[in-house]
Amino acid sequence: MAIRSFLFLLLLFFSSLNPILSLYEDQVGLMDWHQQFIGKVKQAVFHTQKTGRKRVVVSTEENVIASLDLRHGEIFWRHVLATNDVIDGIDIAIGKYVITLSSGGSILRAWNLPDGQMVWESSLQGPKHSKSLLLVLTNLKVDKDNVVIVFTNGRLHAVSSIDGEVLWKKDFEAESLDVQQVIQPPGSDLVYVVGFAASSQFEMYQINARNGELLKHESAAFSGGFLGEVSLVSSETLVALDSTGSILLTISFHNGKISFQQTPISNLVGDSLGPAAITPSSVTGIFSLKVNAITIFIRVIGEGKLEVLEKTNLKTAVSDALSISEGKQAFALIQHAGSEIHLTVKPADDWDGNLLKESIKMDRQRGLVHKVFINNYIRTDRSYGFRVLIVMEDHSLLLLQQGEIVWSREDGLASIIDVTTSELPVEKDGVSVAKVEHNLFEWLKGHMLKLKGTLMLASPEDMAAIQSMRLKSSEKSKMTRDHNGFRKLLIVLTRAGKLFALHTGDGRIVWSHLLQSLHKPQACQHLIGLNLYQWQVPHHHAMDENPSVLVVGRCGPSLDAPGVLSFVDTYTGKELSSLSLAHSVAQVIPLPYTDSTEQRLHLLIDADQHAHLYPKTPEAIGIFQREFSNIYWYSVEDDNGIIKGHALKSKCTSEVADEFCFDSRELWSVVFPSESEKIIATVTRKLNEVVHTQAKVIADQDVMYKYLSRNLLFVATAAPKASGEIGSVTPEESWLVAYLIDTVTGRILHRVTHHGSQGPVHAVFSENWVVYHYFNLRVHRYEMSVIEIYDQSRADDKDVWKLVLGKHNLTSPISSYSRPEVITKSQSYFFTHSLKSIAVTSTAKGITSKQLLIGTIGDQVLALDKRFLDPRRSVNPTQAEKEEGIIPLTDLLPIIPQSYVTHALRVEGLQGIVTVPAKLESTTLVFAHGVDLFFTQLAPSRTYDSLTEDFSYALLLITIVALVAAIFVTWILSERKELQEKWR
Amino acid sequence: MASIPRFEPVTLLLFVLLSTALTISSGSGDGFTINGRVRIPQGLGTKGFALPGKISNVKVILNGGQNVTFLRPDGYFSFHNVPAGTHLIEVAAIGYFFSPVRVDVSARNPGKVQAALTENRRGLSELVLEPLREEQYYEIREPFSIMSVVKSPMGLMVGFMLVVVFLMPKLVENMDPEEMRRAQEEMRNQGVPSLASLLPGGGRS
Repeated sequence: MAIRSFLFLLLLFFSSLNPILSLYEDQVGLMDWHQQFIGKVKQAVFHTQKTGRKRVVVSTEENVIASLDLRHGEIFWRHVLATNDVIDGIDIAIGKYVITLSSGGSILRAWNLPDGQMVWESSLQGPKHSKSLLLVLTNLKVDKDNVVIVFTNGRLHAVSSIDGEVLWKKDFEAESLDVQQVIQPPGSDLVYVVGFAASSQFEMYQINARNGELLKHESAAFSGGFLGEVSLVSSETLVALDSTGSILLTISFHNGKISFQQTPISNLVGDSLGPAAITPSSVTGIFSLKVNAITIFIRVIGEGKLEVLEKTNLKTAVSDALSISEGKQAFALIQHAGSEIHLTVKPADDWDGNLLKESIKMDRQRGLVHKVFINNYIRTDRSYGFRVLIVMEDHSLLLLQQGEIVWSREDGLASIIDVTTSELPVEKDGVSVAKVEHNLFEWLKGHMLKLKGTLMLASPEDMAAIQSMRLKSSEKSKMTRDHNGFRKLLIVLTRAGKLFALHTGDGRIVWSHLLQSLHKPQACQHLIGLNLYQWQVPHHHAMDENPSVLVVGRCGPSLDAPGVLSFVDTYTGKELSSLSLAHSVAQVIPLPYTDSTEQRLHLLIDADQHAHLYPKTPEAIGIFQREFSNIYWYSVEDDNGIIKGHALKSKCTSEVADEFCFDSRELWSVVFPSESEKIIATVTRKLNEVVHTQAKVIADQDVMYKYLSRNLLFVATAAPKASGEIGSVTPEESWLVAYLIDTVTGRILHRVTHHGSQGPVHAVFSENWVVYHYFNLRVHRYEMSVIEIYDQSRADDKDVWKLVLGKHNLTSPISSYSRPEVITKSQSYFFTHSLKSIAVTSTAKGITSKQLLIGTIGDQVLALDKRFLDPRRSVNPTQAEKEEGIIPLTDLLPIIPQSYVTHALRVEGLQGIVTVPAKLESTTLVFAHGVDLFFTQLAPSRTYDSLTEDFSYALLLITIVALVAAIFVTWILSERKELQEKWR
Repeated sequence: MASIPRFEPVTLLLFVLLSTALTISSGSGDGFTINGRVRIPQGLGTKGFALPGKISNVKVILNGGQNVTFLRPDGYFSFHNVPAGTHLIEVAAIGYFFSPVRVDVSARNPGKVQAALTENRRGLSELVLEPLREEQYYEIREPFSIMSVVKSPMGLMVGFMLVVVFLMPKLVENMDPEEMRRAQEEMRNQGVPSLASLLPGGGRS
């Protein structure tokens, strides 16, 4: 009895080790990494006058405002604004505030320069929508205050930079006034507002900057009309183009007198080259013109006389003017020549008197220079030095100084559009493990240190040594495959059309590749990268081939623009080949078939619903013909509210014989009534998902069969009125309908209506369940619902006798055409936060229980056990159900702070969460991307199949030694006792 | 972990003085302005682990991301140009858990405040948002104790061995030989492999 009770106690001890997912603070950075980015810089303002920290304030296309260290390129502070809060302009006022104008000119904010704290915020309204312009009047001081002049929404505002108070405002009544520039002539209290009205009228207003009084209003008509941008060449002269784009207009409004001077472009450059465009710049007396690929620099010599300074067909980028001393200006010019870029800094008044001329070797993978920002500093010998910040085609940011790249930031990674993974190369036999491993003594020393750490005997120095030892473990960043499959390459495609390979161990860039083929200017003007697919993953055959990915792109924004394919080797980052397609790409379907070299077959559907097979090999067509009748796909037309199912029909019947092109036929269509339903979300299962078992054993020894069809589609529709923002509709006129549709037959398997609810809907589909998140207007809270779908036709298979007698239907083929008898179970819960993204963990064999990964509005990622979203939860579960692990029903899903996988970090601007199974069944790799990147390993049911990182080998050794010693002691004792008994 | 924010009398007084401003005012043009304040009581966030999130990193979010604004140094925030209707305000601050707040902006009587926490349906008289609780993102390492070693699998192993070696013979010795035999028989009948028979001296005495 005693023994049994003891064993029971032992069991109790083990079971009391509570399995919750959490992290100790000193484990941060062991398995996870976090990288911060800002995105493609739009505008930069330097702040280097004062002694102390030199910084540059930038605004980016990801709506980030950030202050960067000019020495190292690190981020001092950063704020990510809302996606619709686009930054229009930034500047620095009174030396300590950063002023930003955003949201189409309606929000003006000031941020404290040292720490990024918002100081004030003003809302600026106006009568109509217009261009928005920001101008800080630095030389107009009113009680130590700089006045910020903002032209927005057809109204001119003067705002105090200390507290954001609007000092005065002035409306411009002229209906069609299109304001181009707000100008302050140096050293005056005046502000000029110039613009075009009614497309042929030039208007000029002269305003007193102190009180907003209109001093002068002049207008003049020009019959030719105006086109595009204007360039300011002095405080009282503008250059514009007429509506045909062939005549240059010099408009001067000196002393309120407007005069036009016309110069045909052909007079300047000899022959007509085609339509021209002015590149806006602010260099006094000089402007640049782009005609086709040629850049022309032109100087304005008083009275509208123009003079061509330089004509070049090199790719050129020009900075704004920088005033270096009293009345002197300089600007930077960057030209591409082969693998080098030439940086020249020229004074505005002397084209040939270069202040600086440098050549810098530039990585071809960075592409062209898109933007240049110049800043100067005074060297020790009191001469001027220049530093230049450049933004490249791949969105990276570089600082050039003294002919060198001082630092660079890979900010292209802030706009990832697709992610896939690739295995690393297998370790070569030549490299022995022993060489990499420490010798035994080192290894033991490390473990002794760790033991001291766990026993809390370690001194602070020891602790620091332990921490550094754990963090820089070379093991995790090796360039070879590991047993557990933790080390992989994350292949990401950015919006700039660049591929990066990131190592999962530490997040470093292994290689990067700007898709050059996509950048041949003749073939493809505006390439848009679309998607990444795993093209070739050798694991059984063709082992000597490197894995490769397929990049699908499109030339131009319209859906019927021709597509581009590129194949990239994932070990080296070299492009293997590229194809410019004759057809468009509307949809890419990776087929579950591979050829003998393990190239995956892909079906590209074009805008006319023709299917094109890749790779174009006879072998592929052979495989494809065999599966011809088993290929189905669907298409969603959001605008019309139609979902269509398609299948293949026959070879294309076009005039050009193409055996890889197939016609399709429409099988079915589901039309949603446009007056009551609008499609707001569609989700399917991940193609590569692995499901371990079809059966689910429930409490009373009963079995339920999951309905595991790969062809299920979850569709959410909402009332057209309710597809807008929260708060715009009443609960009575909004509803949300969720459907489960079979995409082979078009059959609606399940339909549920949530009255009084609205989008946005975020959903995730896995195995036989779908979880979706929406807003309930009646209680004004977010809700999450789960639908599980079970197969009833297999319900009688659990009879053992039928199995024995062979009367079961387990071997009957599963077909979507057989009418499924399904039952669904569903349940809803409240959830606190808004969502940005939702995903589910995936493991190698699908045995480990699942967790939902929820990207919250606060840019954190929360792991929530799927057991909380189980439709079989009830308020009072029976004993049997409790044993099965069913949690008593609560109306709110719990948020346990320790289960935030991002712990105390934020993935700013969160866009997507990607999970990749590791080879170890218990573990899944999680990659969250947005403006920031975050990567970690996750074990949803703890690492049951391996020892954790903090497992103490030393303690194990000590225990074994102690046990062996104890065995000897007891053996000796028992020998002695036996001897004594024998003597008795 | 869930500590309830306490009001010290001084701050409460201050807070009443500050909150005289209207929460919702009709703005120029087509919308209204929602003014509010986020207040993180002192005393929270000073407990060791949770990183006291800097006030400059706190975001206030309207309707799930439609508008995002930041806090002024005194904790005030405002949303401009908000149409009449029922809205949802969320506060994102690292280290704190805030309940979303529903705010009713009524076109008929501008200036009227209608705000309630959605988590516990508590009404707010003023739009002053306070964290419901602090969030600890990390497990706290327990200080070394002899119990933790004993509880570890290795400790249990050693403990089990000690029990078997030293206590078991004692138990067996104290037993009546008759009873012992009966117990053994019983175990044999049950078919459970008897641990006692493996013990030294167990079968003999």
